[in-house]
Amino acid sequence: MKWAMAVALAVLLALPAVLSGYAVTIFVLIFFYAFLSQAWNIVGGYAGQLSAGHAAFVGVGGYTAALLFERGITPWIGMFVGGALAAVLGAIVGYLGFRFGLRGFYFVLLTVAFAEICRILATNVDAVGGAVGLYITFTGDPRQFQFQDQRAYYYIALALMLLATGVAALIERRRFGIYLTAIREDETACEALGVDVFRYKLLAMVVSSFLAGLGGTFYAFQNFSLQPGAVFGIPLSVEIVIRPIIGGAGTLLGPILGSFILTPLGEVSRSYFGQSGLHGAHLIVYGVLLISVVLFMPQGAYPFLRRLLKRP
Amino acid sequence: MTAPVLLDVSGLSKRFGGLQAVKDLSFTVGEGEIVALIGPNGAGKTTAFALASGFLTADAGTVRFAGRDLRGLAPHQVNALGLARTFQIMRPFPRLTVVRNVMIATLGRHADPREAERRARAVLEELGLAAKADLPAAGLTLAERKRLELARALGTEPRLLLLDEVMSGLTEAETERIVELVRAINRRGIAILLIEHVMRAVMSLAQRIVVLNYGEKIAEGRPETVAGDPRVIEAYLGDEEVARAPA
Repeated sequence: MKWAMAVALAVLLALPAVLSGYAVTIFVLIFFYAFLSQAWNIVGGYAGQLSAGHAAFVGVGGYTAALLFERGITPWIGMFVGGALAAVLGAIVGYLGFRFGLRGFYFVLLTVAFAEICRILATNVDAVGGAVGLYITFTGDPRQFQFQDQRAYYYIALALMLLATGVAALIERRRFGIYLTAIREDETACEALGVDVFRYKLLAMVVSSFLAGLGGTFYAFQNFSLQPGAVFGIPLSVEIVIRPIIGGAGTLLGPILGSFILTPLGEVSRSYFGQSGLHGAHLIVYGVLLISVVLFMPQGAYPFLRRLLKRP
Repeated sequence: MTAPVLLDVSGLSKRFGGLQAVKDLSFTVGEGEIVALIGPNGAGKTTAFALASGFLTADAGTVRFAGRDLRGLAPHQVNALGLARTFQIMRPFPRLTVVRNVMIATLGRHADPREAERRARAVLEELGLAAKADLPAAGLTLAERKRLELARALGTEPRLLLLDEVMSGLTEAETERIVELVRAINRRGIAILLIEHVMRAVMSLAQRIVVLNYGEKIAEGRPETVAGDPRVIEAYLGDEEVARAPA
């Protein structure tokens, strides 16, 4: 397993040398969505708290870095300020949801509502660009998180994916992570065994929203623009949630596998159907895939594959 | 009752809408003692447990544990003080392995997962579940799930164990096994308060019995005294039976 990982990593590091520009862009998206999904996985997968508003953290992180950039602060710093702000918001949403015992659908609704509030605020406050959003002037200066070469974004996205996966791996091995897997199963039983459920759920939410917030900067400075509907909207939240569910929520490799399956599929069907004027057709592909996963491998592709490989 | 008081329940009351589940209930459990809480279905036993362990808040009365008032403490805080409970309807973590289930308990006092796992395996060994340690808890039989519930509570290293019907639904041999386990646990100095319907087990284990009916304590004392108490017989059989019984 360790060897397979090392080989995979070596391949990913060498890949840009032989890939076309378009393929590099696809890989950037695979890594970036895998990163966001891994961030979500900490609270949504391991702890089982289904946040459906993670786009809001990406948005807050991106807007923060972009606005600071306008005031001359480099996104390399803005990135962490954005992450910290996203973590504060994550703490607020987590506090409200967990303190008042919102579980299952109610927590989903709370997180969606929160993200929608952020979207509506960003759309209507002119100081942050209003409905037009924010545009970032291209300088091509690496010190300002801008690169001429897409391959730079490739390596940054890869690093982000590895960072979130490293954090998840660290959590998984410690008491914190072991508690999260039990909280997902039965919170009342956890309380009876001395687990401070509220504290650990909140901590998971903070770590998760911080990471997602970091991702906002990458999004902003890769696209050179931020629109409220794109970064705070439900579609991005869905992209973040669906990958771990397809790949295997609460597993280390699930979000990555999910992103390797869904991102190319989404991109190909988007450009293929988009050309014939069928916008949004990639969502049909997602839907079919989601139904198949729920029916045939409800724990996701990764646990399914692992069982398959273990069988002689 | 010479042992110092560990759990001191005093004047406890709890109402659910129109139902007075527990009314002015007082009793104590001494250090290292085994006390049984018995009574007909719906007498308020499980409610009394939930009040003592912090899962419910009492309308009136106090619960003191090791001299500390438990008012306002969350269940996990009560557990950390050394008061562990089991659930009548068992709540294993079905997708976690048996040893992981117990580790959730042992991690509280041993933050290092390796140490927590070592202790969890020791507890499983003691309760005869070592062979199942690495299987998912979902696959356990009823008797094994009861023992897992016990193992987890024990894993929190309590001073007082609240056992809610850990023998119901078991065969005689399985019941006998749990009785022996409870006795062994008690010998290590852990006090036990148990709710039980299996009278033979209650009679052989308990040093003292508290009888509840309609949320109120109707009798308390040594097993043989309580068993002969007409109010207890009445509560269990209904007053018609007592009225008809020859004097």
